[in-house]
Amino acid sequence: MSSTATHGTDTLRVGDREYQAVIGLEVHAQLLTRSKMFCGCSAAYVGAPPNSNTCPVCLGLPGTLPVINRQAVEYTVRTAVALNCEIPEFTKFDRKNYFYPDLPKGYQISQYDLPLSRRGWLQFHVDGEQRRCGITRVHLEEDTGTMYHAGDVLQSATSSLVDCNRCGVPLMEIVGEPDLRTPEEAREYLIWLRRVLMYIGVNDGNLEQGSFRCDANVSIRPRGSDQLGVKVEIKNMNSFRAVHHALGYEIERQRQVLEQGGALPQETRGWVETQQATVSQRSKEYAHDYRYFPEPDLPPLQLEAALVERIRGELPELPDARAARLRRQHGLGDYDAGLLTATREEADTYESVVATGVGAKLAANWMLGDVARLANEHRLPLQQSGLGVAGLAALLRLLEAGTISGSVAKELLAELYRDGGDPAALVEQRGLGQVSDAGALSSLIDEAIAQGSKAVADFRAGKEAALQSLVGYVMKQTRGRADAQLVNRLLRERLGG
Amino acid sequence: MPLTPEDIAHVAMLARLGLSDEERSRYGAQLDAILEHMTRLNDVDTSPVGETAQVGELVNVWREDISQPSLSVERALANAPAREADFFRVGAIQE
Repeated sequence: MSSTATHGTDTLRVGDREYQAVIGLEVHAQLLTRSKMFCGCSAAYVGAPPNSNTCPVCLGLPGTLPVINRQAVEYTVRTAVALNCEIPEFTKFDRKNYFYPDLPKGYQISQYDLPLSRRGWLQFHVDGEQRRCGITRVHLEEDTGTMYHAGDVLQSATSSLVDCNRCGVPLMEIVGEPDLRTPEEAREYLIWLRRVLMYIGVNDGNLEQGSFRCDANVSIRPRGSDQLGVKVEIKNMNSFRAVHHALGYEIERQRQVLEQGGALPQETRGWVETQQATVSQRSKEYAHDYRYFPEPDLPPLQLEAALVERIRGELPELPDARAARLRRQHGLGDYDAGLLTATREEADTYESVVATGVGAKLAANWMLGDVARLANEHRLPLQQSGLGVAGLAALLRLLEAGTISGSVAKELLAELYRDGGDPAALVEQRGLGQVSDAGALSSLIDEAIAQGSKAVADFRAGKEAALQSLVGYVMKQTRGRADAQLVNRLLRERLGG
Repeated sequence: MPLTPEDIAHVAMLARLGLSDEERSRYGAQLDAILEHMTRLNDVDTSPVGETAQVGELVNVWREDISQPSLSVERALANAPAREADFFRVGAIQE
């Protein structure tokens, strides 16, 4: 199915009428706590042997009582203030009842009518334009266990397997308003939301492993209408690409159903990567009846204003604000500032390099150019490379001071990135210092002229470009150490150009 | 307001109780009586009382984020009705 909806404008055509899509996203993000939400079991379930991080509380054994993890509450408050939410003083937990083997208790502890926060917004950018999406609520709940179904692992088709290590891992639900209109907007919203969560240190942003998950509600309606169409919920999207493709597919599917005079049922559909299509999940068609009621085992929370204000005060500079400051302070362009603030580590690195006195533009060019390429090549960020942040700063200072040439800097960067070492010591030891003394270059200039009689003749005949081969000769003889601009000037003087 | 047979069937389904017709009418009548009894609360004037789900007056009962040792896998699976390798085994679920 072609997806005309995914490109450019948000206008869809159903017959001769204009339609538009309405998208709302729900994000589930695991919190980076050491222990689980309601018990002391380790929350580090990835890679742990099956059922090795469990206890009577998270296994739902009779007679056990949950106790709230304070850090999880603080992380959720931190998220709520970062997303400009209101935080009511009183909040409580509720039971969401359903039978499914991924939660042995038979219910999930979640929040229903009095969530920890409401009514916020997230600012993001689409193609350089600023957008804002409302946040309905951010609440706190517990994650479920992991199920393995027939075909996933070795077991027979007549059973499913349960690993309870993930049961009770603190999980934040961030419900967005249906303010998004295109798959691009949805993708950018998610990218910026993930960026904020990682900046404030509450989530590791891993879509593949499922620590950051997204469901979407999608409907289409005639343009100008303020009624929502019948909404379809889409699940199983575990990359930004998948979200983008799934929404593009689903919007076009809905458009075609309406164009052919059909009706859209309210349903849940799963994105199937191998088919690049959403598929109806019939087993979940009948309406849920969760029978929420206040969790009797947990006293409510009374979040004092002082606590909220302390957490607000500890909030780091957020990516959007930081990019704006880099543009202002260092004269960077939109694009560079955006890339340099994509992660907090990247922005910290950039600012600490600049703080050592390296020029802002120079540092930006090297970080986004050669350093980014090496990080990608070695699958290793600069911070963990042999070079390190201090090494990069030292190398760029040598370059800026004219101690080494650009081509030597480039070579050293690649070597140090891999093997480590002290840039200044290496330059000294190998004699890589830039030759910018006219006397020292004089005999090489003579040599260049002597071996390049054709280039000399061409240059004298007015062919400017011919000079480059003579400069190249000197650079080659000095293994890139000569000051190329000086060589250029000396040659011109000698040739009377 | 007595429960309808449909209400009883729905509640039984949600609780995953496979009731016979006879049990359905017997337990239905009992559930009806319980709810009937609770309606007496409607006669009490609760207008000066704040709405609450708890009467203990406790708030902010929480613990620090410290990870504690878990059960051994053997202990965790000791009461499993069915097990395969180190997993709990349940009836096949269609995803």
